Amino acid sequence: MGQAYRVQMQGIQKAFAGIKALRGVDFFLLPGEIHALVGENGAGKSTLMKVLSGAYAMDAGEVRIDGKPALLGTPRRGKELGVGIVYQEFELADDLTIAENILIDRLGRHGIVHWKALFAKAQAVIHGLGFDIDVRSLVRDISVAYKQVVEIAKALSADAKILILDEPTAVLTPTETHKLFETMRALKAQGVSIVYISHRMEEIFSVCDRVTIMRDGEVTGSGPLASFTPDSVVELMIGRKLSTMYPPRNARPGAELLRVEGLSGRAFSDIGFTLHKGEVLGIFGLVGSGRTEIVRAIFGADARKGGKVWLSGRETHIRSPHQGMRQGLALIPENRKEQGLVLDQSISRNMSLCNIRRVSQPRGILRRRKERALAEELIARLSVKAGNPINPVKTLSGGNQQKVVIAKWLAASFQVLIMDEPTRGVDVGAKVEIYQIMNQLAAQGVGILMISSELNEIIGMCDAVMVVDKGRKMGALSKEELSEKSIMKLVVGGKQ
Amino acid sequence: MMENAKRNTVWDTMDNLRQYLPVAVLLVLVIISSLLSKNFLTVQNIFNLLRQNAGTVIVSMGMLLVILTGGIDLSVGSVAAFSSVLFATLLDNRQAAALPLPLALLLTLLGSLAFGALCGYLVAYKKMAAFVVTLAAMTAARGVAYMISHAKTIPITNEVVNVFSKGNVLKVPYSVILALLIFLCVAFVLRFTSYGRFVQAIGSNENAVRLSGIRTSMFVLSVYVVSSLLCTFGGIVESRTGVGDARVCEGLELDAIAACVIGGASLSGGKGTALNTLMGVLILGLIGNIMALKKVAPYPQQVIKGVIIIAAVLLQGKRNKD
Repeated sequence: MGQAYRVQMQGIQKAFAGIKALRGVDFFLLPGEIHALVGENGAGKSTLMKVLSGAYAMDAGEVRIDGKPALLGTPRRGKELGVGIVYQEFELADDLTIAENILIDRLGRHGIVHWKALFAKAQAVIHGLGFDIDVRSLVRDISVAYKQVVEIAKALSADAKILILDEPTAVLTPTETHKLFETMRALKAQGVSIVYISHRMEEIFSVCDRVTIMRDGEVTGSGPLASFTPDSVVELMIGRKLSTMYPPRNARPGAELLRVEGLSGRAFSDIGFTLHKGEVLGIFGLVGSGRTEIVRAIFGADARKGGKVWLSGRETHIRSPHQGMRQGLALIPENRKEQGLVLDQSISRNMSLCNIRRVSQPRGILRRRKERALAEELIARLSVKAGNPINPVKTLSGGNQQKVVIAKWLAASFQVLIMDEPTRGVDVGAKVEIYQIMNQLAAQGVGILMISSELNEIIGMCDAVMVVDKGRKMGALSKEELSEKSIMKLVVGGKQ
Repeated sequence: MMENAKRNTVWDTMDNLRQYLPVAVLLVLVIISSLLSKNFLTVQNIFNLLRQNAGTVIVSMGMLLVILTGGIDLSVGSVAAFSSVLFATLLDNRQAAALPLPLALLLTLLGSLAFGALCGYLVAYKKMAAFVVTLAAMTAARGVAYMISHAKTIPITNEVVNVFSKGNVLKVPYSVILALLIFLCVAFVLRFTSYGRFVQAIGSNENAVRLSGIRTSMFVLSVYVVSSLLCTFGGIVESRTGVGDARVCEGLELDAIAACVIGGASLSGGKGTALNTLMGVLILGLIGNIMALKKVAPYPQQVIKGVIIIAAVLLQGKRNKD
């Protein structure tokens, strides 16, 4: 080994409740480099980084930092060894000042806060990053981009030599992203090693030096970015040729099904689009762009402030999910564990949730045999890998859980299927199966509205795409116009 | 995969057995008690024990429904007392306008329902915390009870009611039969109806149930109404000395909650069965009964009860955390 590595992780293994998240991963980080870590959701990137930061204890393997064996296992140890991490979801106390957040573990001596020194120290860290933010402001009052800066400052304040950024640009505007990249390059010049987790090929190829690609808990490729192309990285991520990932669809969009005009609500305004029978319409937007709020308002889960919605030419006034369902809408929500499933209950109970009448007598008395038959039918139809329908749904893997969410709607009837990040945290095999189900439904004339933050998926699956940002529609693209470039251009376009 | 399946079956069996833990605990306590006192396992004592706990069983069944949705109903004791007083007053033939029994019962049920519906509405539709809402109702209902009765006991002179309070069929008191019927109803509803299914599902994940197109608020409101209606029956059963009294059922809410918890119900909702809640009531009642037989003073009894509650929950701790 000619080069001195900053971090050497070898043979790292980690399992959660018997499911292997990392299966012997090797990861090497050089001093003063920006290293892209890519993979689909659930590939193990975040788990690997949580092992490095000490948030998770590994089951097997070895970590060396600057050549010395590092005994991690608690976040505190990680910090002491110079590892700083910025998670996708910020971990800031909204009602404290920026300074308190940055130096949360070193507020003062003997439990007494020395405010003057605290502010001075925090201000120095922020200035060091090239920002001019008053550290006496409350975190609740600052923008998302600034919160990110505070997170980075917090991570660096303990003299971190290794900085892990987990999808930092997901919440940033292009200008803010640009500023972040400058900061990253400056830190790199100071010798900080940065691990940059992202899905966006363009960003990765513009700012990173090397890349490590993961799939299903293993490393499928690693090396200088110069030896890769965006397509080759993506193919290593998904483990197959891009052309076989997204099954072809025979259905052609038909008559108008859902028309939305001037829709406004919490976090979005003036949204309009038309969905046809047999069409898959994509909604692309960053986290916090209002994309989820839009579909929730259409379904009736959130109140809407204005605008009109037509279903098959009839205006509707849906005010609750119950009404949404009765009008022929179905929603696969963003977060299956919190919004899609009753985790403690059995697979079959979850599957009959949307249409309990199908498995009960008119007076509401359940017919267990019917319920079991329904569950078995749906399990077979969606090839859910489930031992017994009476097992709790939480014993299933992510992909199979998602199939149960889809199954519960298939037990009912709908014309419009709204899917909010339908393949998040789902393994590649199950993804392709979900795409196939979507194609089957489209062939039956169902209109599908799919939110996704994975560009490949949007490009591979959609007949048309609407791009939203900051609660506004930035434009629409037809199938022929779809490309990573054209979509990102629309996202950027709105900023100028 | 194989390993997983194997582990699952072992885990399932363990879980299935643990489900009946409260039944086992009760059996063990019965055995210990009959060894401790030869007066325990007598027909007279057992029916006394059951009669004394009939009201708690009835009220606990309503409490269970509320707890299953992830809520709590602190107003049960007060609403039961309110019912006791209102019922006695409406039947009071010292006044000119004594009502016939069915009408008096109906009006009392409506009075309780008003409390339940108001609590349910505030919790389900105004998204207020169940603890706060029912705490307020607890105070208010007790106040109303005292206002109606002018803080005096009201003798119940109605023949039918007195037969109900004191009579029995084959030595089984009517009140115990009523409690048993209500227990069977709730057990049936929870096991075999879509209503019971939704109530449990809401407690596990209200959000997911709502997004499945189910009117969750309606169901949440309904459990408070059911709870309040059962309080009426609980209150009447608890007026077994033949008087309506605003002081009855003091602390009943705590016994009912404790019974649910001892029976393995989770206060965060979604977990609990009617059978185990019944066991919870009987466990608590039995401990009181045996200590009375052994002439343990009342205050140490309370301490021991407290310890039992903690012990029962600790025994089930693993299951609730999974």
